Amino acid sequence: MNENSKNLKQLPLGDWHRSLGARMVPFAGYEMPVQYEGVMAEHIWTRTEAGLFDVSHMGQLQLIGEGAAEALERITPGNLSALAAGKIRYTLLLAQNGGILDDLMVTNTGHHLYLVVNGATKHDDIAYMRAQLPDSVTLHHLEEEALLALQGPKAAAALAKLGIDPHEPDWPKPSDLHFMEAGSFLWRGIPLGISRSGYTGEDGFEISVPSEFAETVAEALLELEEVRPIGLGARDSLRLEAGLPLYGHDMTAETLPVEANLGFALSKVRREQGNFAGAERVLAQYPDKAETRRVGLFVDGRQPVREGAVVVDAQGATIGKVTSGGFSPTLQRPIAMAYVPTDMSGTGTAITVEQRKKKIACTVADMPFVPHQYHRKPKL
Amino acid sequence: MSRYFTDEHEWVEVEGDTATVGITDYAQEQLGDIVFVEVPDVGTELGQGDDAAVVESVKAASDVYAAVSGEVIEVNEALEDEPGLVNSSPEEDGWFFRLTLSDKEELADLMDEKAYKAFVDGL
Repeated sequence: MNENSKNLKQLPLGDWHRSLGARMVPFAGYEMPVQYEGVMAEHIWTRTEAGLFDVSHMGQLQLIGEGAAEALERITPGNLSALAAGKIRYTLLLAQNGGILDDLMVTNTGHHLYLVVNGATKHDDIAYMRAQLPDSVTLHHLEEEALLALQGPKAAAALAKLGIDPHEPDWPKPSDLHFMEAGSFLWRGIPLGISRSGYTGEDGFEISVPSEFAETVAEALLELEEVRPIGLGARDSLRLEAGLPLYGHDMTAETLPVEANLGFALSKVRREQGNFAGAERVLAQYPDKAETRRVGLFVDGRQPVREGAVVVDAQGATIGKVTSGGFSPTLQRPIAMAYVPTDMSGTGTAITVEQRKKKIACTVADMPFVPHQYHRKPKL
Repeated sequence: MSRYFTDEHEWVEVEGDTATVGITDYAQEQLGDIVFVEVPDVGTELGQGDDAAVVESVKAASDVYAAVSGEVIEVNEALEDEPGLVNSSPEEDGWFFRLTLSDKEELADLMDEKAYKAFVDGL
């Protein structure tokens, strides 16, 4: 371990990961497990069975008070005041100039808003929200809560084996939740907040649990034969296959929502209201007037292109950049996300990437690269 | 025939004026599943410390530096179809390239097997 490791914070489950043979690396200010048996095996396990992820580095926040949703709408483009109890929305935290400060999940628990934000940005997010939210809205950082994710086609069956009860007898069971729904539950007296969500493209759950009970819950899940621990390495390759952008890489404070291909997060009502931070600049690009756009790329051959490689035109001039790239274990070929000029963002467009002075042929691909398997609520 | 090692976890097997280069078992273990190896072109003149090859795992690319200088005379074509050889047989079938040594004195900078083992044990 390098000397910086003494400045790293420990996850509630840090020792537990080490006891499972994880290789620990610095990430978002924490020492985190990057892999256990290997990225490829863990990736494929999650796509075929159920993977258990520790994402306790992420920020879990509560916004409490009358008008919390309306207040949060001033700095996000989501229709949060219309979010029904038990429902989750993906949205973006926007700077006053419309740049993306973070992406986040917002749940209406019925009595407050519960937010999950990225680990690397959580302290900045909290400071920004505290400065922007009115005094009538209180922000709590739930620092004593761990967050586990159980993802994969067998996640629902695995979770059902634990025998988790709804917090109130007439509330839904975890298996009754659809994608982007959440509820409060009890398991052996331990309070659990469970969401049917995740960042792998698979069906699955995110489980918020008091840190002191995190190991008990993780241990019970890992005892199930379909569940194995999965590190950050596979989390990254899974989300890349799912076409899901990673904050700090695929979008930053310099990026606006439309160019980041996140126009879906600008809800119709909020576009019409136009009353969120940076709305004028953000909406000027809507729906397709940005100069560049985030797209997926299929990379010819076997060699991956990586973050930082540049997109070049026929004359070799830089016209874009790769923001994520790796090898897709599912497709057994390299894939990437890149910003390209909007007029070159159509599916099937030939793109040239230059990496280490070598030109690599790519083609714009539809995302997700691997179809999502979410347990969506049937349309009536 | 003798085998040398570097603190960048490469091995160099010397036979006469020819050296075969690869990465060690420790290195492949650290890198994880290798999905691509970019080897130098035959005929490339490598100076000691030059970028010689790139090893790509699922997640990251890692440079392999030339431990010794010389002209590349052969590359391991098998890696093109089966980069996983570097994981399964890093110090035998997963070799990267062969070169003609231009300065055998450089071998004095490298570790022997015993010194390398002690180096790895200390990590």
